[in-house]
Amino acid sequence: MMTDLLSKLQTPTKLQTPIVATLAEKQQESPGIYTLHLALETNSSFDFAFGQFNMLYLFGLGEVPISIMGWQHDLLLHTIRAVGRVTQPLVALDIGAQLGLRGPFGQGWPLRQLEGLDLVFITAGLGCAPVVAAIHYAVENRSKYGRIVILQGVKHHNDLLWQPQYERWRDLGDCQVLLAASEEKKRKYHWRLGMVTELLALAQFDSSHCAVLMCGPEIMMLAALKQLAKHQVSDKSVYLSLERNFQCGHGSCGHCQLGPYFVCKDGPVFHYPQIKSWFGLAGV
Amino acid sequence: MDKGFLSRQQFPALYQVLSKAGYEVIGPTVKDGAIVFVPLAGFEQLPTGWQEQVSPGHYQLEQTAGQRCFYWNTGPQALKPWLFKPEQHLWQAEQTAAGLCFRQTPEQAQPRAFIGLRGCDLAALNIHDQHFLNGVLPDPYYQAQRQQLFIVAVNCARSADTCFCVSTSDGPAATVGFDILLDELETGFLVASGSDQGEVIIQQLPLAKAQTKQLSEAKQQLQAATYQQRVMPDEQQLLKLVDRLDHPQWQDVAERCLACGNCTLVCPTCFCSKQESHSDVKGQQAEQVRLWDSCFSEQHSYIVGKVFRPEISQRYRQWLTHKLATWQQQFERSGCVGCGRCISWCPVGIDLIEEAQALLQGEADDD
Repeated sequence: MMTDLLSKLQTPTKLQTPIVATLAEKQQESPGIYTLHLALETNSSFDFAFGQFNMLYLFGLGEVPISIMGWQHDLLLHTIRAVGRVTQPLVALDIGAQLGLRGPFGQGWPLRQLEGLDLVFITAGLGCAPVVAAIHYAVENRSKYGRIVILQGVKHHNDLLWQPQYERWRDLGDCQVLLAASEEKKRKYHWRLGMVTELLALAQFDSSHCAVLMCGPEIMMLAALKQLAKHQVSDKSVYLSLERNFQCGHGSCGHCQLGPYFVCKDGPVFHYPQIKSWFGLAGV
Repeated sequence: MDKGFLSRQQFPALYQVLSKAGYEVIGPTVKDGAIVFVPLAGFEQLPTGWQEQVSPGHYQLEQTAGQRCFYWNTGPQALKPWLFKPEQHLWQAEQTAAGLCFRQTPEQAQPRAFIGLRGCDLAALNIHDQHFLNGVLPDPYYQAQRQQLFIVAVNCARSADTCFCVSTSDGPAATVGFDILLDELETGFLVASGSDQGEVIIQQLPLAKAQTKQLSEAKQQLQAATYQQRVMPDEQQLLKLVDRLDHPQWQDVAERCLACGNCTLVCPTCFCSKQESHSDVKGQQAEQVRLWDSCFSEQHSYIVGKVFRPEISQRYRQWLTHKLATWQQQFERSGCVGCGRCISWCPVGIDLIEEAQALLQGEADDD
């Protein structure tokens, strides 16, 4: 009875026990937000999909799940907001410091499957790394996609990370960048006042031939889903990235469950129809 | 499956043969007022004559003049803590002159023979095998213990008042997953093997040929155990629980539930764990440790800035809907094996079956 299960291949080390990552470069994106560039001990490429995450370990303090931002010059990029017991000392590390890394975990954005479609990115707040990573991919593979629409909401103008990048995206051609600030009193050039969901009225894309990629607070995504329905965007066109308590990263510890799903392994990126009946319910 | 007969006087031979074959023999004994599984020095430690009286919120052992060792059904724990340990050391981190290094903590395992597991225990083991070995990553710690496990199962000769394994199709007979199967009769044991390793052990026992009368006695007591049981709604019914997320019963049960997590600790299929990082005073060595966790704690659903299930009603709902309904989508069966532990070990006597029935009888509120 046991032979099938026990004969399974040995677990790759980087998934069960951390590998060593060395901080090679660090840049501040805004107050409290840093991008860490990590050199991996394996000295080879790190196979991942945009939207997946790693567990980063700080010696003696523990692990935190962090979305993968990209791979650049043989370094793995993670953008981290210093908010907790582990992330605060993590972003304070000096160049050359070592940390542990397990991953990559979970399901990323199905960017290959979305080729040929208009892409609509919707994010709000500061923790929008999974969507920004997907934007990077789409921009690098510009010819494979139709129009690109980027909708970003923040509380204050200055909360927007990577402001120069947004300006560059605006100049890409066939790329619309729409920004909203919900708690500003004065409107700035290129900005709207209000919620990110209100930007959809200005967005120009083919609602019957598009994919929407979202992440951010669930209340924002719920509001966006309502607006998208008004704009005749089918549920089937929507993908979203969720946040839950991730401790193991591979669907074992049970903390991240959403109905029948383990968000860490079945997500964090979900096709909306898959989780529709569970998404947004209070206390689930 | 041919059954042999081992007289009560000769029953200790099973202990001798297993020990000689290199197994540490783990079996039930009475300790601190409950039947628990411990390494046995001999079969005289088995709970001879002991029975349990159980009801919601109640577990009491009583000594009878009977000679049977397995005339009880469940203690608070069986296999779970031996394979999925309450505290598991996962890996170590060390700061050396050469830098940081990690190594997986080796899992010490030895061949162990468990005596007296029931149909419900084996069903739970099968679920944990699916979870820990057949998921994205096989769990090396569970795997190490699991590989060296030898199982002597016993068919239940009676049912406790909280048993409902017939309705979950997991008992009172043990049907799969054992190496040796016993039926305990007044005068001794019917013995059958369920694996090649089991056959090797059985060959060394002083077995007599089982008589027709003994076989029918075993059949009768198994039948009797079947009739003594309560009924959990079937799996199709239980799937409807996810349409009852707004049912007032969740609030009703939350007013009784202490969110203590006892039900999740005694449940043989609950698998939630949390991780902690421990380090030495010098700051050179650190260790990642996995501990049992419970979905009844507020921390269970915590992320920075948010707790997804702040209310007890929401946590009880998560436990019950997961165990009975969404579990079916994850593991192709309900997570309940009908052992009734969560009922008897609940300090306020919340009865899983009653709650499930109340939820399924009432009309679901609209979302």
